[in-house]
Amino acid sequence: MTLYDQLPALVVVVLLFTAPITYMLRLHGFPWFSAMAAVVTSFVVACSLAATTIGGETIIYEMGGWPAPYGIVLHIDALSALMAMLITGASSAALIFGAKSLADEVGEETAPAFFAAWLLCTAGLVGMVITGDAFNIFVFMEISSLSTYVLISAGPDRRALISTYRYIVMGTVGATFYLIGVGFLYMVTGTLNTADLAERVGQVEDIRLVLVAAGFVSVGLAIKAAVFPLHSWMPNAYTFAPNAVTVFIAAASTKVSLYVLMRVDYAIFQNSIANHDIQLTFFLVPLGVLALFAGSMLAIYEKNLKRLLAYSSVAQIGYIALGISMTSVAGLTGAIVHMFNHGLIKGGMFMAVACLALRYRTVNVANLAGAGKAMPWTMAAFVVGGLGLIGVPLTPGFISKWYLVLAALDEGWLGALLVAIILISSLLAVIYVWKAIEVAYFGEPRSNAVPVTEEAPLVMLIPTWIVVLAGIWIALDTSVTVGLASIAAKTLLGVEL
Amino acid sequence: MIFSEADTILYALVIPLVGAIAIALAGRWPNVRETVTLTTAVCLAVVVWSLVPSLQAGGRPELQLGEMLPGLRIAFKVEPLGMLFAALASGLWIVNSVYSIGYMRGNNEKNQTRFYICFAIALAAAVGVAFSANLLTLFIFYEVLTISTYPLVAHKGDEATVRSARVYMGILLGTSIGLLLPAMIWTYSIAGTLDFTPGGILEGKIAEPLVGLLLLMFAFGIGKAALMPIHRWLPAAMVAPTPVSALLHAVAVVKAGVFTVTKVFVYIFGIDFLFNQPSHRLIIWFACFTIVVSSFIALRQTNLKRLLAYSTIGQLSYVVLAASVLKPLSEVGASMHMMAHAFGKITLFFAAGAIYVASKKTEITDMRGIGRRMPWTMAAFAVGALSMIGVPPTGGFISKWYILGGAIQDDNYLALATLVASTLLNAAYFLPFIFAAFLYEEDVKPVKPHGEAPWPMVAALTFTALLTFAFFLFHQPIADLEAQILVK
Repeated sequence: MTLYDQLPALVVVVLLFTAPITYMLRLHGFPWFSAMAAVVTSFVVACSLAATTIGGETIIYEMGGWPAPYGIVLHIDALSALMAMLITGASSAALIFGAKSLADEVGEETAPAFFAAWLLCTAGLVGMVITGDAFNIFVFMEISSLSTYVLISAGPDRRALISTYRYIVMGTVGATFYLIGVGFLYMVTGTLNTADLAERVGQVEDIRLVLVAAGFVSVGLAIKAAVFPLHSWMPNAYTFAPNAVTVFIAAASTKVSLYVLMRVDYAIFQNSIANHDIQLTFFLVPLGVLALFAGSMLAIYEKNLKRLLAYSSVAQIGYIALGISMTSVAGLTGAIVHMFNHGLIKGGMFMAVACLALRYRTVNVANLAGAGKAMPWTMAAFVVGGLGLIGVPLTPGFISKWYLVLAALDEGWLGALLVAIILISSLLAVIYVWKAIEVAYFGEPRSNAVPVTEEAPLVMLIPTWIVVLAGIWIALDTSVTVGLASIAAKTLLGVEL
Repeated sequence: MIFSEADTILYALVIPLVGAIAIALAGRWPNVRETVTLTTAVCLAVVVWSLVPSLQAGGRPELQLGEMLPGLRIAFKVEPLGMLFAALASGLWIVNSVYSIGYMRGNNEKNQTRFYICFAIALAAAVGVAFSANLLTLFIFYEVLTISTYPLVAHKGDEATVRSARVYMGILLGTSIGLLLPAMIWTYSIAGTLDFTPGGILEGKIAEPLVGLLLLMFAFGIGKAALMPIHRWLPAAMVAPTPVSALLHAVAVVKAGVFTVTKVFVYIFGIDFLFNQPSHRLIIWFACFTIVVSSFIALRQTNLKRLLAYSTIGQLSYVVLAASVLKPLSEVGASMHMMAHAFGKITLFFAAGAIYVASKKTEITDMRGIGRRMPWTMAAFAVGALSMIGVPPTGGFISKWYILGGAIQDDNYLALATLVASTLLNAAYFLPFIFAAFLYEEDVKPVKPHGEAPWPMVAALTFTALLTFAFFLFHQPIADLEAQILVK
């Protein structure tokens, strides 16, 4: 066995094993460096996995050589690879970007624990997307959740603690619901391996338990994914977390729960419950539509820029939910591409906000007047990201919206209504994005404000712009993202590749 | 030729962007900056115009950049309609730059570097719109054009200006994302392509009443064509400095709108297919309504630039009307009118700006007798106005001739009557003002005595007035070129 065969395990093992080392070796600057080295390694591995799966291949890796369904297997297809790339990419970018800001916000004393938690969080999220075992998903979910609580509570503001507490309560409810659902499935099938579950659940006679399991799993994951109206933990968690943490979790964490929802639902429930596609539609379409409107409206009236972006995420998750609910190749492609693209857009925007926060010491929209002149590169990155949220062409948001609208057009009259809703919410995005841009470029600074004259340091600007340019690149050359996403969508639906 | 034609297209897109960067770098030295602007404008015009001979010989230069979505490329293909639009925008940019220098300096405007940068980007976008080979590419540049002109409209930066700029941006982005984008995706989902194809791509793939719905989505989604009720952005855009109104809101932006409409009719629907669909009459009605109502609104305006804006709305609908009559002569008339109106309207805006710089006057009622102080400016204004009305020997006569010819081919009495009524209304709102400017005594004394505006402005507006005559005399090669658009 060569090292190459171990890549599927390495993507998560590297992270898990570096975490204790990071915690124990208390050298100056070392925790950040080892964490960064580990996530970047993991990112490279994830990219190579993506390169393998883009041809439509699925990698099955048996942990410890124990075959399924007795042992745990890693199951990596195009969808897992795309998500792993998003998570490790976001984690690397946020860490490199946050070298300076995290040193300010976290402090020398707590740094080892903080960066160990960062690694565990990344490991948990990656684990969720590559494992092929329903219970193992729960284990990784708990690893990532517990470490995320640590990361958020490291925020400089004491309000971070209250936000974390709310997140713990909601997150635990979500995870427990998921576990209850998986427990029911185990009761009726006696297996936890996803592939095995998919097969056996079709033979179950008493479908009611499966239905109850579907309910628990879906609601539990919807909480973790901050699907409106179960999003209330999210805005404050994003707002009060350290800036680099916000970049990371906004780009990756909620998407992973949506991934699990998609995976479990399409692999297990769609095959076993009659008319489950209609149930899924009735569950997700109203929530998605509500999310679009409520998220956008809350963003429009929000004064804090970080929370504004968090509400915008609530709306954007609505798009993904709509895409998932359409149960068609185009819809799922749109949803999956949007997970990736939105991760990139939001990550870049939160980076720009972190640059602003560094200089202005506040993220209230009204206090950012004149930022367009004082910090032209930062604001330009913010503008490009904002255009992506709106879905202007040449930005990644356009690609995902294209597929969502294309999918909706296939759904008859209800689809036409959805098209209208998707487009109206794009226009609402214009309002909340423009609100910030207008103040920054055309607003007059208050007379008592301390004038900001300095652009953000290059160590922050360069990563920001790499993310922004990567976004434009995947809007121009969609072969990787749309390629992986369409394979993933076809695999989920069981359509011939 | 030194370069291949595909390279030439690429250069036409890149030159203004390189120019924008150079302008940003030269921002500290105004003289260098203005030299860069002028050089860029001249280079762009030379490159764009160098494509004309090949077009006349029947060539259709192409350039493909990348594949954005499977089957949807970012691609460019020059055809007569786009050639005309690009040649027009790039040629007038030179004149407009000369004028801008006079205007911006004469007015001591702030943020001049931002102004010139955005202008260059807007021109790149206009050329992109003109040369697009498919609707997706066109849409991209259409949006870039909207966004790059926002800072120009909001240039003054005070609250009222920003509010107007929001209306501008809100309507243009709103209609394009809300109507044009779904119309485009819908077209793609039924036709499987978005390429501009002679003869259209929709024939046999969609039937009434859905054709009508799609047609309306296009007509109103292309908000830049200012078909009523999607016209409010144009008067709102008048808060911009006058060079912006002159080149962008009389030529580049609004022509991008009617150009796109014409292009969608000819190359997406196909005029033969559309002619057999009763719903194309809807567009004729909307265009006629817009022509008449905008003229009545123009009659009531007291602010000169707003009057010109409503006049533009009416004139744009001439193009939409001509395009939707769907007869060979009228399609040529649509393209001819884009050009004729551009020369006339830019002259009118140049004159309005010159009056503002020299006397700080914006209201028509204050301008009695101003022809005596500014004879060149007002003479040019009169030429522009005559072209709007359609009096020979100005360019407006030629295009109106073609449009009327098309209406007669179709026996379309509604269009005929509208054109006649509009001619009278145009005369009614332009002529009294011109008479008053020359014949009456000055009743509102200017703050300080003044003569003509700075010479670059006078030179520019005289030149465009002469272009109006030149178009009347030498329009035949253009008409021949545009007649090619109907060849399948």
